[in-house]
Amino acid sequence: MTNQEAIFEYCLRIGDTSLILGQRLAEWCGHGPILEEDIALTNISLDLIGQTRGFYDYACQVENKGRTEDDLAFLRNDRDYRNLLMAEQPNGDFGQTIFRQFLISSYYTLFFTALSKSNDETLAALAQKSLKEVNYHLRHSTEWMLRLGNGTEESARRMRTAVEELWMFTEDFFDMNDVDRILLQAGIGIDNSALRADWLHFAQDKMKEAGLLIPEKSFAIRGSREGKHTEHLGHILAEMQSLHRAHPGATW
Amino acid sequence: MLSTTEQELEKKFQERIDKGESIEAKDWMPERYRKQLIRMMGQHAHSEVVGMLPEGNWITRAPSLRRKCVLLAKVQDEAGHGLYIYSGTETLGISREQMLDELLAGKAKYSSIFNYPTLSWADIGAIGWLVDGAAIVNQTVLAKGSYGPYARAMVRICKEENFHHKQGYEILATLMKGTPEQRAMAQDSINRWWWPALMMFGPSDKDSPNSAELLRWKVKRYSNDELRQRFIDRTVPQAENIGLTLPDPDLKWNEERQHYEFGTINWNEFYEVINGNGICNKDRLKARRKAHEEGAWVREAANAYARKKSGETIAA
Repeated sequence: MTNQEAIFEYCLRIGDTSLILGQRLAEWCGHGPILEEDIALTNISLDLIGQTRGFYDYACQVENKGRTEDDLAFLRNDRDYRNLLMAEQPNGDFGQTIFRQFLISSYYTLFFTALSKSNDETLAALAQKSLKEVNYHLRHSTEWMLRLGNGTEESARRMRTAVEELWMFTEDFFDMNDVDRILLQAGIGIDNSALRADWLHFAQDKMKEAGLLIPEKSFAIRGSREGKHTEHLGHILAEMQSLHRAHPGATW
Repeated sequence: MLSTTEQELEKKFQERIDKGESIEAKDWMPERYRKQLIRMMGQHAHSEVVGMLPEGNWITRAPSLRRKCVLLAKVQDEAGHGLYIYSGTETLGISREQMLDELLAGKAKYSSIFNYPTLSWADIGAIGWLVDGAAIVNQTVLAKGSYGPYARAMVRICKEENFHHKQGYEILATLMKGTPEQRAMAQDSINRWWWPALMMFGPSDKDSPNSAELLRWKVKRYSNDELRQRFIDRTVPQAENIGLTLPDPDLKWNEERQHYEFGTINWNEFYEVINGNGICNKDRLKARRKAHEEGAWVREAANAYARKKSGETIAA
């Protein structure tokens, strides 16, 4: 695998994760618990899909086969998608959406901080821009996690359920394969597994403030690096790609 | 019967209006004026919020990433408008919760146009071009209305609506330059949205129960029919420009009047939809009620947390 091929794959991971999470958040549009949250969730969704476009654009450049951002988004099947399994998990109730956001945003805060020092200028610039947005997403989801975890009995119970539903997908964040090793060696990518300790420390602290405990026993579900997904992704793509695929070659 | 003092106050109020002065939240105003504004502004805010549903219906299926982003930004704007107008309405002494309760109870109205379904991507174009286009004609005039907080909100909102209008027209223009299927999609959409868009201006003035009073108070500045004509006059050339046919065989330019003539609007349909019998009335309210009910635990938790926090601050 060349560096260029590895960068392509790296960009897909990041772009796919933000696209699928953005798509999930967009499902909330018009259905939020208060109008302010309709605005916040669509805003985060918009940031995320904007990030996708940046990383896809770079992926297309390094691939140099004339593919566009829309080819990547709308004409790949689930096995070619590299998004974190966490991103495709259903919205559930508002608490579950918030907890999913907290987990991913806290991971991406560390990830983009590290990647912003990449010696690939484009990746570093994309990471810096994304980091600003992700910091806000993390603040928003952390504040809500504290409110819900410490709010009422019902909200605390719902947050505990969210932890049970989602925790098993966190190990998938830190897996590394050849792509990571090649890019790490070249000073382009980051040591992903090294983020785990800091992340766990941070997540545990904040969850504790919200009265939430990390499950003692949890079997880790992983596989995003190889495009092995949960059943949910196929449905997300079926919906997202339906119109685009129904009109091959059309311009929108 | 009004007391002498109230008669005097009302006379002075009308003089201020006639001089073109802006009425502010703390100024004296007739109770009817306050009620009419609460009704209009509440309806407007509800329309922004309910209007998120038909557009939200296509965010997850938008055919390109650029279109998805633009639509997300647009729907986010609508939510912002809703919030802004609810706040403006609160200056008249009603809370957002009260207004929402009235909406969910089916007592407060919202723009009937959102009871029509979005069946294709082209409908997102049609909403931007026709529905937001009609809204701009209405709101540009409302921006010169007598109640200060509402008029100022309209100035800001109109700027964003102009952007929405352009993106809708651009969606349709792109479809009309596309494949035969895309052109058919655009034409079908306009066939369905044209007449409901004309109905957005409300019934003819002779049948509009609130018009005379609102005109006298300069809450409205022009009649429903005048605004409808203005919308048609500016929209017909835009349709011709991209090759869309408006579904009205009677539509033709009248050189003498310098206006387009148009066919008869089906007011029976208008009243049926207003009274709850449109395709989506039940679904729209159901969706809003579901969001409200399923969000109750979130709002309760946020309140409980805020109380605990303020308790801590006081104790500290």
